[in-house]
Amino acid sequence: VSVDPSQVPRFGHGSRVPGWDDAADLTKDPAEIPDLATTPVPEELRAEIEDYMTRYPDRRSAAIPVLHAVQARYGWCTPEGIEQAAAVMRLTPGYLVAVATFYDMLFTHPVGRNDVYVCTNISCSLNGADELFAAFHEHAGDDPEFNLRAFECLGACDMAPMASINGSYVGPIAIDEVPDVLEAVRRGEEPLPERQLSRRRCVDPNATT
Amino acid sequence: MTETLLFTDIDEPGLSTLEVYERRGGYESLRKALAMTPEQVLGELQASAIRGRGGAGFAMGQKISFLPKGDMDKFLVCNADESEPGTFKDRELMQKSPHMLIEGMIIAAYAGGINRAYIYIRGEYELQAQRLEAALEEARAAGYVGEDILGSDHSLIMWVHRGAGAYICGEETALLDSLEGKRGNPRLKPPFPANQGLYQGPTLINNVETLSTVPAIIRLGGEEYAKLGVKGSTGTKLVSVSGHVTNPGNFEIELGMPSREIIYGLAGGPPEGREVKLWFPGGSSSPVLTANDLDLPYDFDTLAKAGSMLGSGAIIVVDDSTSVVDVALKTAKFYRHESCGKCTPCREGTNWTVKMLERIDSGEATPMDLDIMAAVQTNIIGHCLCVLGDAMAMPIGSMIAKFRGEFEAHIEAARERNDALVEAVA
Repeated sequence: VSVDPSQVPRFGHGSRVPGWDDAADLTKDPAEIPDLATTPVPEELRAEIEDYMTRYPDRRSAAIPVLHAVQARYGWCTPEGIEQAAAVMRLTPGYLVAVATFYDMLFTHPVGRNDVYVCTNISCSLNGADELFAAFHEHAGDDPEFNLRAFECLGACDMAPMASINGSYVGPIAIDEVPDVLEAVRRGEEPLPERQLSRRRCVDPNATT
Repeated sequence: MTETLLFTDIDEPGLSTLEVYERRGGYESLRKALAMTPEQVLGELQASAIRGRGGAGFAMGQKISFLPKGDMDKFLVCNADESEPGTFKDRELMQKSPHMLIEGMIIAAYAGGINRAYIYIRGEYELQAQRLEAALEEARAAGYVGEDILGSDHSLIMWVHRGAGAYICGEETALLDSLEGKRGNPRLKPPFPANQGLYQGPTLINNVETLSTVPAIIRLGGEEYAKLGVKGSTGTKLVSVSGHVTNPGNFEIELGMPSREIIYGLAGGPPEGREVKLWFPGGSSSPVLTANDLDLPYDFDTLAKAGSMLGSGAIIVVDDSTSVVDVALKTAKFYRHESCGKCTPCREGTNWTVKMLERIDSGEATPMDLDIMAAVQTNIIGHCLCVLGDAMAMPIGSMIAKFRGEFEAHIEAARERNDALVEAVA
């Protein structure tokens, strides 16, 4: 179930109708653990969640991998997805939402399906990352296809300025290459293949004997 | 030429697969270790005097010896949440030689009597997590991970656990909370993880690079390994050099190498016509050093004596084309974003530091603000559960101390710019 951002309930003046993800709704009873018998959970998702739970002595440890799985399936951590995960893990939805809201890579609001995380931390910004992010923002800032974000250090300062595009690192990216990069992502291709991290060689001269 | 232990032929095609790794002598150290007693293995690690490569620089052998003895559930956690700005050494290790890490973990678990291990890898490292998962699968199939490893009575369960983007989860107790499926908030210490860590059990936490070095230590022998490097900082270290250098990347060096040789010799130094203005010797959390410190030997004790630290081994070079105010603002914003919010000095201190730096930039500050800002830094240090706040306070404090004149000039210039604007409007 992918959720259309326009379907998020809003008042006439634009603010969100208070809902499941609000910090506290005192008019409601505390959330309970959803009943697995009455919560429809897709078979593969359930198997994946149960597999994660077996890896730890405490089932709650699986929270982050499970939320990754929910997000991979639904595009973001949807209320339905959280409800399903909570039913299988025997936790309250609130517990999982509390975890999800802590982490930068988990989204409790609808996001575009292509992740573009531009690193704007020190080493990248010394090499022009702020300008690069501005260029991405100019070309894809209001495109609902893209989940464009300025990220903290992604651990790829050797290829600065860089971006993580749908999970794969690419860099350095020149500002005038941004439209081509975005076009490649729209087509479902790997942008700048020769500058992908997976093809990058170690620069240490002593590494190769 | 420096001897390489971790990076030897790191680019060999297929090194991430078991076949190539074994052909290159992989898992021989594990066989050698399993033929010894756990005490002997621990003795080798202690003799090597290897210090943790993640940032704190605590002696690894000593850490293992702190684990309580006896029959109980003990845990090994590999800290692969490499998020310190400027650091990308573990990324290259895990991507290209994941079996080396796995082998090191099995040996470390054997030395500590540990039967359950997790690799907590930051969520952004997808490729590296996949390589680790694949390698772990191969290691399980080959009998290196699982029940009764290679016919010994040592068993080990190992899993890769992906994080989801939070710098704080590189702090060991926040990492444990995150691994337990909670928000990544640090815990009060003591009790230290060696006594009460993951699921309240004794836990050994080490960095990827530290654990990846273990097979080399067993192969060479602890004493032989300790001959590399200098006293107090033995062995080789991966340094990640980035920022204003022409050849950024990871280099394996023998500890004690002159910093100038790393920055200029290996990484190529700043672009032509520009000079090093300041450099972070160990990630953005380390107090900055200046061009005057370039001849310091790069090792734990020397850098500590110079008022900074080796940290994670990430050198960020800033040249004279960049204003120190910009660097300070970038640094402070990072810590503001990553502060988990649990302790007030860090949550508020990072926020106010950013606000004050923005005032400096917008021309609303006076030189007295620098003193207030410096006081905020000293009031953060040592007042929180973890060192995230300190990690901002130390570099910002050092920038104010070492570049005060530039800060003052920046304040003055911004004020004059504002005055001119006001006059133009009037």
